[in-house]
Amino acid sequence: MNVAAQRHLDRSELEEAARTLRVQGGRMIMLYAAPEAGGTQNVRYVSSRSGIGFDIWVVPADTAIPSLATIWPLLGWYERETADHRGIVFSGQPEPFSLIAPLRSAEEADLRRLPDISGDAVQILPFGPVRAGVVESAEFSFFYIGEAILHYVPHLFLKHRGMEDRFAGQTPETGLVLAERVSGVGSAAHALAYSQAVEAAAGTTVPDRACYQRVIVAELERLYNHLHYLGHLADTTTLKVGHAEGALLAERAKQINARVTGSRFLRGIVAPGGMRRDLCIDGLASALDELRQQVHQYIKRLDASESYFDRLATTGLLPREIAFDQGATGPVARASGLDRDLRRDHTYAAYADPDLAFSVATHETGDANARARVRIAEIENSILMIQRAITLTPTGKIRIPCLPPPNREALGWAESPRGTLIYAVHFEEDGRLARVKIKSPSFSNWRVFPYTVHNTNMMDYAINEASFGLTIAGCAR
Amino acid sequence: MALWTLIGLAEGTATTRWPLKPGPDGQDGVIGMPRLEPERCDAGCSICADVCPTRAIALAEERLDLDYGRCVVCHLCVEVCPTDALTESNNWAFGVRARDDLRTDISVTPVARPSPSRHGFRRSLHVRHVDAGSCNGCESELQALNNPFYNLHRLGIFYTPSPRFADLLLVTGPVTRAMLEPLRRTWEAMPEPRWVMACGTCAVSGGIAPGGPCLSGLEGVFPVDLYLPGCPPNPAAIIEALLMFLGRMQQRLQRGRMNDK
Repeated sequence: MNVAAQRHLDRSELEEAARTLRVQGGRMIMLYAAPEAGGTQNVRYVSSRSGIGFDIWVVPADTAIPSLATIWPLLGWYERETADHRGIVFSGQPEPFSLIAPLRSAEEADLRRLPDISGDAVQILPFGPVRAGVVESAEFSFFYIGEAILHYVPHLFLKHRGMEDRFAGQTPETGLVLAERVSGVGSAAHALAYSQAVEAAAGTTVPDRACYQRVIVAELERLYNHLHYLGHLADTTTLKVGHAEGALLAERAKQINARVTGSRFLRGIVAPGGMRRDLCIDGLASALDELRQQVHQYIKRLDASESYFDRLATTGLLPREIAFDQGATGPVARASGLDRDLRRDHTYAAYADPDLAFSVATHETGDANARARVRIAEIENSILMIQRAITLTPTGKIRIPCLPPPNREALGWAESPRGTLIYAVHFEEDGRLARVKIKSPSFSNWRVFPYTVHNTNMMDYAINEASFGLTIAGCAR
Repeated sequence: MALWTLIGLAEGTATTRWPLKPGPDGQDGVIGMPRLEPERCDAGCSICADVCPTRAIALAEERLDLDYGRCVVCHLCVEVCPTDALTESNNWAFGVRARDDLRTDISVTPVARPSPSRHGFRRSLHVRHVDAGSCNGCESELQALNNPFYNLHRLGIFYTPSPRFADLLLVTGPVTRAMLEPLRRTWEAMPEPRWVMACGTCAVSGGIAPGGPCLSGLEGVFPVDLYLPGCPPNPAAIIEALLMFLGRMQQRLQRGRMNDK
């Protein structure tokens, strides 16, 4: 297991350990249930300590486990998800109802959907799951008076596909096909986190050439996602030409992806043990040069648009404390002053090479403008890193065999364009996958998002949602 | 204040002339569906069928059959094939009217569903998209159709927010049980004549995700008039499929075989 420490805890020691972690400046990441030999299951809590690594606590789940949601609020959704799927009871859960399972009764529906808000002027707007435009399906409930939103509840699991369960019984290579299809616009990050988990379980050291090529692929993914993000944000602020130009830049980035890897979504390229094929980097440097200049002009124009800035500044404020407690990740967390990035804090692939010139962008204001600024800085850094990686890539093998021995488990991670993505993989006796847990960044950020919507107004909603850059497939899995 | 409109105009046309006139389709380098040449197979070899995660390849009476309606373009089969019977191709224009045209199995005869004439819709088709559980890859490409490079509007095809104005219901994803009812209600809200398109391998057959909380795409949910597998289908493939459906382009795949350009 590629973690700093794995230790067994009794449920009576759990709350004390959780408080100690906070005091020590650590951070809880997630929890999940995993089967044990003999048909029992236990719960694994994954936390991180900066500069040390990930810790795992293993707690038996044969009877109720005390909920940690009041100490680490971000665990709330993980506990409810685990209760839904694995039947584990978390005693003292402040929201003791289903997160994912279809609603079983009208009472349960009321409990989950409708907080007790009443008053003559209060209206409820149910919105979705089929909404205007080409968007992912989700249903939102707004409690509002006129323009003012009192309270907001998203229902995000209508398209839950049970992706984690589908890994059971797969081989390492067919599992990769699933990982790439959890969230389409995060295919490369999912392939990378999954592959690194399998490699850690197998004890495989990936060839250097593959490490640098993985940086190129991961940053190409960040690039097209962030360009799409800027276009979409311009759309919500009714900057129509700005939307079209952002969308065109994202299209150019996707066309570059196809020429380099054969896939507009960078699929079928990263695999356990290295890379499935060599990148086709002929012309990549010059194509990026051209794109960089177009992006530069585009951002300059956005910066000169007061109407755009006015709609973003102070919109969707996410204070640092809420970002930390509720588990914000990626550009959303960095825009609220949390200086976290897996590429630096738990480095992987070739990110430790100082010649790549990797830097972490943060912002302090926590508003929609800060979230856009962080992504703009990342676009510039991504292009630079790809260009550096092209020249730094050594010759040599791109893939070596990678077959984990029986019964191993490991973590793999990647900083996806939307933040921390972690795969926990457990293998069976026969070398097939037994259990896979996916901690996806959109699951984390959707948990945070409503805190920036309560007590705001309808006009800002679409802008605020766009500024988070969320996916629903990644959240629902 | 940036002069967006002026600067945009000064940059000229970003839109491709394809497919109405010669021009780039934007898919240089895109690896498409695998090509199958069963005459190259070793007798009894089934390595590809064993590795296929969606059971798109089946060994029937010592002959391999490939169902492109189940293929998620992972290319594991191409990697393991010892005789080059399965090879990489750049073919992605797999829009068909009859489900069986996606199968290489020659024992079935493809029959398209008799659907209402599209004659009056050739240059004006309104599409209502519903995500019934996709991974968002299909949505990303459907959104791309409205970017200036493809500019779907120029072809007389429009997304519409209301099913009341829609002619074609375009469905993505394997259809989760929770999305079945909203999907049905969208379809029922559409005026006749109305058509249904299964966009992406998940919607055609369930893709990687049949079973559990998911159905097998639109199989058994609605009568489907247009199938387009792909994982995801790229924007040019979606354009070709829609124009083929409107009678403005030829169907390129017949009985699982491609009439190359």
